[in-house]
Amino acid sequence: MSSRLFTKDTQAIFWNNNKTAIQRMLDYDYVIGREKPSVAGIVAPTSSNKFEKFFWGGDEIMVPLYKSTADAVKEQPQADVLLNFASFRTAYDVTMEAIGIDGQFKTIMITAEGIPERLARKMNQAARDAGVTVIGPATVGAIVPGAFKIANIGGTIENIINSKLHRAGSCGLVTRSGGLFNELSNIIAINADGIAEGVAIGGDRFVGSVFIDNLLRMEENPDVKYMILLGEVGGTEEYKVIEAVKSGKIKKPIIAWCIGTIAKHFSSGVQFGHAGASANADAETAAAKNAAMADAGIHVPASFNDLPATIAEVYNDLKSQGVIGEIEEPAIRQIPKVRRPKQFICTISDDRGEEATYAGFPISSVALPSTGKGIGDVISLLWFKKQYPKWATEFIETVIKTVADHGPAVSGAHNAKVTARAGKSVVEALVTGLLTIGPRFGGAIDGAAKYFKYADDNDLTPAEFLSYMKKEGVPIPGIGHRIKSLKNPDLRVKGLMDFAAENFPATPLLDYARTVEALTTSKKENLILNVDGTIGILMVDMWRALGYSESEIDEFIESGTLNAFFIVGRSIGFIGHVLDEKRLAMPMYRHPMDDILYDVKKAEPIG
Amino acid sequence: MAQKAIREYDGKAIFAKHWNEYFDGFHYGFKSVLVTSGDELREKAKEHGFEWLNQEPLVAKPDMLFGKRGKNDLVLFKVEKPGDVTLEDAAKWIDEKQSHEVTLLSGQKGHLTHFIVEPFTPHTQEQEYYISATTVGEDDVLYMSAEGGMEVEEGWDEKVNEVHIPINMPDTDMEKAIKAHIPADIPAQNKEAFASFAIQFFKFYRDMNFAYLEINPIVMLDNGEMAILDLVARLDDTAGFMMKDAWGDIEFPTAFGMEDQSPEEKAIAEADSKSGASLKLTILNPQGRIWTMVAGGGASVVYADTIADFAGVEDLANYGEYSGGPTTGETKFYAETIFDLMTRYDDPRGKVLIIGGAIANFTDVAKTFTGIIQAMEEWAEKLKAHKTKIYVRRGGPNYEKGLKDIKEAADRLGLDIEVYGPETHVTDIVRMALEK
Repeated sequence: MSSRLFTKDTQAIFWNNNKTAIQRMLDYDYVIGREKPSVAGIVAPTSSNKFEKFFWGGDEIMVPLYKSTADAVKEQPQADVLLNFASFRTAYDVTMEAIGIDGQFKTIMITAEGIPERLARKMNQAARDAGVTVIGPATVGAIVPGAFKIANIGGTIENIINSKLHRAGSCGLVTRSGGLFNELSNIIAINADGIAEGVAIGGDRFVGSVFIDNLLRMEENPDVKYMILLGEVGGTEEYKVIEAVKSGKIKKPIIAWCIGTIAKHFSSGVQFGHAGASANADAETAAAKNAAMADAGIHVPASFNDLPATIAEVYNDLKSQGVIGEIEEPAIRQIPKVRRPKQFICTISDDRGEEATYAGFPISSVALPSTGKGIGDVISLLWFKKQYPKWATEFIETVIKTVADHGPAVSGAHNAKVTARAGKSVVEALVTGLLTIGPRFGGAIDGAAKYFKYADDNDLTPAEFLSYMKKEGVPIPGIGHRIKSLKNPDLRVKGLMDFAAENFPATPLLDYARTVEALTTSKKENLILNVDGTIGILMVDMWRALGYSESEIDEFIESGTLNAFFIVGRSIGFIGHVLDEKRLAMPMYRHPMDDILYDVKKAEPIG
Repeated sequence: MAQKAIREYDGKAIFAKHWNEYFDGFHYGFKSVLVTSGDELREKAKEHGFEWLNQEPLVAKPDMLFGKRGKNDLVLFKVEKPGDVTLEDAAKWIDEKQSHEVTLLSGQKGHLTHFIVEPFTPHTQEQEYYISATTVGEDDVLYMSAEGGMEVEEGWDEKVNEVHIPINMPDTDMEKAIKAHIPADIPAQNKEAFASFAIQFFKFYRDMNFAYLEINPIVMLDNGEMAILDLVARLDDTAGFMMKDAWGDIEFPTAFGMEDQSPEEKAIAEADSKSGASLKLTILNPQGRIWTMVAGGGASVVYADTIADFAGVEDLANYGEYSGGPTTGETKFYAETIFDLMTRYDDPRGKVLIIGGAIANFTDVAKTFTGIIQAMEEWAEKLKAHKTKIYVRRGGPNYEKGLKDIKEAADRLGLDIEVYGPETHVTDIVRMALEK
């Protein structure tokens, strides 16, 4: 175990989207000059959002949201702290799941109060077995000043700076109470030089790490020069500390006090303080523990009210011995008093600098012929925020060129032409055509990608796939052509396949689709893989080869990205048809009446 | 939220409810009734299923969380000779015991209100055993003895076998450990049955989330018939949300001899249960001179400690806390309750009100102080009439505004007040108030 609980690079997964607490962490991060936010991700099982916005100084940043801890650590493997803010009903399950993720979490903090005792014991034992430090349950957390702060500990930024919690001091502080933790930090800031590391272990009867665990770590931590322990009536944990002092395991000076001396005046019935705070034997009273600690050479004041004086004494003594030096006060970043959340977010382009950029590239660096970049590169930057390799951008361009037009008779082009003839503008006529694009017109690209990928993901044999589609009640998208067949192939399809064979690292989905095609064409000549199907399937293969995960590709399909290629390409054709109509100055179109079957019956009254 | 004691009757009811699930090879009749008067017992005897109350000799005893009922002479099992108690005897005895205050050997005093009545079970000393389980440190511990009854406490070390069962011990190891520790002086022919019962007892204790469960004595009769003669139990009430069905309708009574909660304490407890914040109040001495209104659990303890150090415990009127971000309304209600209580009795020295608290993590101090100020406005005259001196100390979000507001309000209302922030040590206002 590392002797320091957290460092300036420590990042956490925050379980539960507790916006105020997370904002406090990020404000702290900003003030102390952390490079990365201390919260890497948030687990919010019931949220459908992908991120939450937080202030970072005066700016805003996005912290990703995940459905589960497992999802979060997949994306944020560097996050080795879990801040478990689940309720007392679910905190146990959340902790056990996190411990079960092998080697992921070094520290788990649990805030819920009143977790069933038996579950708390199981959870704490499992953590010990896995070498995970548990802070809590029923705690406000821990802090390593100048490095990492859990949630609300330390209170407001103003208090943090007043209590010198923004930079490391020399005291190691361990308390049971979270409320008094702040108070102690304040007392230590006033009477000494602040704390190097502090933990509020939690108020429940069974907590994960106890006083001794934390003090032994602090004994090893070179930043800690002396320790302060604030205990409570009840339990025998303080005696383990006494043992460690007596045996020499702990050599650094300790100042200690147990609160709850009042309890001796009341035989029973009054619960002073936390669930863990109730003396079942004489040795568990605050007075007995204070006396025993004093006997062992621990610095114990005469009363809580005298604690500040004892701290000053021990600190000044260490300072005069040269154990503690002067601390240079670091510069702090200020958080603007007024901050306004942004209404819109843009992650693809930026027009604030010298020259507007596409995903970080000045427009001229991709637009000019001398750059060698094409429209495929522009699409890869603006749609995917990535620089796709040449074979991929060329494939995208091939697709766009291939789908640009399919003659005047298809419904989209027809609509555009009819609108243009009604005297409407280019944009109006164009969108009429575009609005036709959907499940039946152009949709086969989407559909082919979706269904073939489903079949491949689920290892369906071609025969199983066919019977699955039959059950779904849809013809297989991307299969079938009006006139083309294997013998009379569609040269567009052949061209795409040849390109892929030559340039793609691999084409697993196309290979699978070909086996399906073999089966369908054996039933009927023209049930070939058509151009829509080939495009959809090869797009999936392209993304796979580019390293996207299956779920990311599913998301592309779900969000209609494939359709977008068709929209861009076909817009070229539609505009051509619209301009054609304008050029020809064709009159308003009226459909011939003899081409309509009129079958109108007189409406019956109802009721 | 903590471990809470339950009545013997309720403990037995949980046994009865789950007996067949857990205690294979044993039988338990659960012939017990809980009554609060002789008449209630007589009525119960008329109900179907409770004919035994008229047919069998009875045993009656108070069921009010205290032990040593035999030594306190509070177990009715004979009139002339053991096993001759009739329904009418029991009913009369209950009424008699209820008619006056009772003082136990421990010094606890109070009125008896709840009684458990059961059939008298004739048996021999040899059939009595002792068994209990609880948590010690991080482990569960099962205690077993061949000697049941009251004598067990004398010579505990010699007579009782302990088995430590860590939380993650697999059942097979747990069973082995229990079998290896069956008390040697249990008759050979009963050893196997006792081991089997002990294992099932432990599983029942564990699964039902008991914090403590003791049967003393448990009587093993013929044919696997078990009699639970005396039972003491505490439940881990934090497990309540999972155990609703398993525990059934359970009550957590106040310890015998404790004053029942006052209406004010009950009102605060009720407000607490409805709030996301924490509101706690215990009245220690209604005529006390020093009243506290402290934010935070830990801080409330150090204030109580410090008051006891400086003034002695007799002057401390109450203990309690408000924390976890209570609303202005909740704080006002809490403050009014304190102001009301502290202006009921005169003290020639005047009253001291400590409005204390540590540096809050997230509670908005100005907001909660607004509630206190509103209460002050309504109670200012009474507070003045009782010569109340108010000391305030607090820190945390928005504390400057909170302190300024309360000082201005007190000055406007003519209240005697001193106000301090985080630069003053948290309990130092107690010294200022009392060191004279």
